[in-house]
Amino acid sequence: MTRTCQSAALWTALTLLCTPMAAQAADAERGATLYEQRCVACHSLDTSRIGPAHRGVVGRKAGGVPGFAYSPALKASDLVWTEDSLDRWLADPQSVIPGQRMNYRVADAVARADIIAFLKRQSP
Amino acid sequence: MSNPLVTTLAPVTLPNIDLGRRTLFRHTGKAMLSAAAVAMIGGVAMPTGSASAAPMQGDIDILNVALGLEHEAIAAYQIGAESGLVKGKALDAAKLFQSHHKGHRDALVSTIEKMGGKPVAPKSQADVAKALNAGSLKTQDDVLRLAAKLELGAANAYLGVIPSFSEGMLKQVAARLAADETMHWTALSGVLGLPLPTGPLSFGA
Ligand code: HEC
Repeated sequence: MTRTCQSAALWTALTLLCTPMAAQAADAERGATLYEQRCVACHSLDTSRIGPAHRGVVGRKAGGVPGFAYSPALKASDLVWTEDSLDRWLADPQSVIPGQRMNYRVADAVARADIIAFLKRQSP
Repeated sequence: MSNPLVTTLAPVTLPNIDLGRRTLFRHTGKAMLSAAAVAMIGGVAMPTGSASAAPMQGDIDILNVALGLEHEAIAAYQIGAESGLVKGKALDAAKLFQSHHKGHRDALVSTIEKMGGKPVAPKSQADVAKALNAGSLKTQDDVLRLAAKLELGAANAYLGVIPSFSEGMLKQVAARLAADETMHWTALSGVLGLPLPTGPLSFGA
């Protein structure tokens, strides 16, 4: 997963928003805090609420939590949640599964990587 | 013409006001939309079910997820109030914030309906209590910390769905809802003695 902003122009424009630029391993601890701030409005690890429960999501087929009322689009998707597909999903869910109902975006690539590292830890 | 910035977030019915309908339907050729078919949210006119297609459905889906959040917040404050753990000024604040969430709920329900969607129903209070692990709440601070966590999450949720709306005025509504949730979070943090964010742009990234 790339941890830097892609183009120099973008880099200049987004210096303020793409904060820690150093190439470093994804930080699951920071991911836990970000998860707490960004995801728990709708998700929990072990209970489905507004969104489905997350424990075990990495490696699982999309739409795989029993009993959660997924959108038809997500339910029908053959996608498997990997670091890569999760990164694309969190950047723009609609571009990954058109017709999905999450619509929540995490613009910062470093934040996405850290959140995914945290989710991986909850997915033995 | 009403100023959207000075009207309240309660659903407003002003059948003669249709600000925005010309721009909204400029590209769809549905300019005959009647004023009565324009839903109002936060004093801003919204397109309704007579307009077509997928972008509208996407917006309805986002509003319904937001409505789910508001239902949960209302139930969470109810659980907090009924716990008997929250007293005095903190209880007054909790009641005020719950009333804001009820206002958000009513505005979202009426907008979803007027756009031709079906508003999601609330979950039972028992289900919400279970999902939020309310059994573990032992003190007033526990309740306020849970409220602060949900408010911060809600503020971030509204900010994070803004780019996904196809309708520009709904983006503004989401931002106004986020502002309310941020106000709640800030007040709760003050009561809890939690520090404010040290850096700028800490919300919604
Ligand atoms: C505004 C509410 C909301 C927020 C905030 C939110 N989600 Fe979601 N999420 C949903 C909904 C609703 C779905 C189900 C979408 C569907 O059925 O199309 C979902 C689905 C998902 C899925 C697919 C799960 C599966 O079982 O296939 C993943 C992964 C996910 N969310 C991750 C996240 C992460 C990580 C965050 C925080 C960065 C987050 N979400 C924030 C509402 C939200």
